[in-house]
Amino acid sequence: MASLRQRALAFFHARPAAKAWALLTPGTFWLVLFFTVPVLIMFVYSLMPRGIYGGVVPGFTVEHYQRFFNPLYLEILNRTFLWSLAATLICLLMGYPLAYLIARSGTWKNVLMFLVVLPFWTSFLVRTFAMIFLMRDTGLINNLLLRTGLIQQPIEMLYTPFAVMTGLVYGFLPFMVLPIYASLEKLDLSLLEAAEVLGARPASRFWKVTFPLSVPGVVAGCLLVFIPSLGSFLTSDLLGGAKQVMIGNLIQNQFSSARNWPFGSAASFIVMALVLVAVLAYLRVRDRAPAGTA
Amino acid sequence: MASPIDSATGPAVEFTRVSKSFGDFKAVKDITFEIRRGEFFSLLGPSGCGKTTTLRLLAGFEQPDEDGGTVRISGQVVNQKRPYERQIGMVFQNYAIFPHLSVEKNVAFGLVQHKVPKAEIPDRVVKALEMVRLDVGKFAQRMPNQLSGGQRQRVALARALVLRPAILLLDEPLGAIDLKLRKEMQLELKALNKSLGITFVYVTHDQEEALTMSDRIAVMDNARVAQLGSPAEIYENPRTSFVAKFIGESNFFDGTVERKDGAVWRVTGANCSFVVPDHPALRPGAAVRIAVRPEWMDVCATREVPSGENAAGGTVRDVIYLGEMMHVIVTLRDGTDCTVAVRNEGQLIKPLPWKRGDAAAVAWLPEDCQILEDE
Repeated sequence: MASLRQRALAFFHARPAAKAWALLTPGTFWLVLFFTVPVLIMFVYSLMPRGIYGGVVPGFTVEHYQRFFNPLYLEILNRTFLWSLAATLICLLMGYPLAYLIARSGTWKNVLMFLVVLPFWTSFLVRTFAMIFLMRDTGLINNLLLRTGLIQQPIEMLYTPFAVMTGLVYGFLPFMVLPIYASLEKLDLSLLEAAEVLGARPASRFWKVTFPLSVPGVVAGCLLVFIPSLGSFLTSDLLGGAKQVMIGNLIQNQFSSARNWPFGSAASFIVMALVLVAVLAYLRVRDRAPAGTA
Repeated sequence: MASPIDSATGPAVEFTRVSKSFGDFKAVKDITFEIRRGEFFSLLGPSGCGKTTTLRLLAGFEQPDEDGGTVRISGQVVNQKRPYERQIGMVFQNYAIFPHLSVEKNVAFGLVQHKVPKAEIPDRVVKALEMVRLDVGKFAQRMPNQLSGGQRQRVALARALVLRPAILLLDEPLGAIDLKLRKEMQLELKALNKSLGITFVYVTHDQEEALTMSDRIAVMDNARVAQLGSPAEIYENPRTSFVAKFIGESNFFDGTVERKDGAVWRVTGANCSFVVPDHPALRPGAAVRIAVRPEWMDVCATREVPSGENAAGGTVRDVIYLGEMMHVIVTLRDGTDCTVAVRNEGQLIKPLPWKRGDAAAVAWLPEDCQILEDE
């Protein structure tokens, strides 16, 4: 056995290209099978006529794409876009100070980062259900407020945009904190001392040194929140009810109850195209300003 | 307390009984010294000796302990002053160049912070870059990651000097660049110190660097100043065995003082008896430790010790060829090694008569004994 192992090692040592392929194969195989192929299938479906009992029938049509440009769907798309943007901004405003404090908390930082990722130990579904119990009319928050006499009537929170936004921010906040923390944690503190000797007061040390150097983390965090927000459907489904539909719900609906796969596929591709445009725009901005000159 | 006359002519920096602790660790213990206006002053010592803490106390990144003495700059107590209120510049060990700003913007940073009129800034940046001999046309627009270590070093220097500080603090700035460039920079820094009239305070663990550049050196050991003086005073007259060992090389001899014999004292040691010059610490029966520099000693045949010199017999253990010098290592009777540095007069034409295993004596003049005051 040992000789077989040695021969294999010798073989790969002599052929670096073969080694690279061998290392790439498992991941590539997985992605091709479970990402590329389904995407291609969806693309083909989105250009085929809908069958009467669901599925598709042979033929070619762009009607599903045309159908999407309807005020009803455009409003959903617009709302999804604005909500995702708002969720990203709120996550940034809440996540940056949090990441900053954790990065500066010395020996405690590993413990605090552990607490940030701790919610991932429970299923997102369960956590979202827990928020229903918090926010409904007879939930914990309303109960407490009623008992203390601060309010006479329960505040309507569940099935409002507020509930959806709370859910989105809650769900994606760690994705904002993690990359910002990573960029702040490796920041060389002597840069701040250098700035201080050169006359920079705390605010200008932050805006002239700390913040520009954390921009890569901020951008990564924003993408990690914005993109999944655009595609989220669970949060808006459970916390937003029937009134607060996001594009994710629309798509999910086409594949389940509406059984209109080609239209669902077309909608998916339109969202994907928008995400792609957003990412490309970011990459252009980043490349034009190297090392995060904001 | 400080009159205007003091601040114009008095010392640039005064540390008076300054102490600094981090938790239970005492980084600096009760140190007192002055730095003269315009001098090149080095804080020299091994890592952990407190030299960096001393520099950071001066920079204002650390404050002395409560009742931990005072730090004065130009006669003014600065204990509670922030770094930017102290008229200092600083060059950091890793340069601390802002990686997101071009060379030009790095150098202009302090000017912008100090609200220097916009029209004045480009001119002062160019002058600062010229001062550190960086080609403005070639480098001003470059980003730090496009610079070599030596160039970054110069940018850091320009960034500090552009504000015309009264004192420039340098924290081991030459540690990371190669030997040849380092020698060059040493001379350049010394020249800048003289031409600008700015007081330089330089932290280093490299004794050769400190000797090369400094007007005066404070040798630090174990959170205290072990000795302060000019390079010659420190090298030729080390006060403790730490200083004698840390700066250059030394041979040590321990003994017991016997009696005074005219102007000298007779001492009995483990290997030999020897005489040492008069010193206030000497009295009959006292233990004494002396240091002798290798180049102040000679090797000779056991019977050919010049009269009037101290000598100890032993065996040649090794002869080391160093180019301009030869080191002869002689193992003395008690087993300790004694290093003697001999000028190389050409081993091909005039080889040393000593080889391994030969019996030989080391000899030195009484006045070359440095009497050490160890606690």
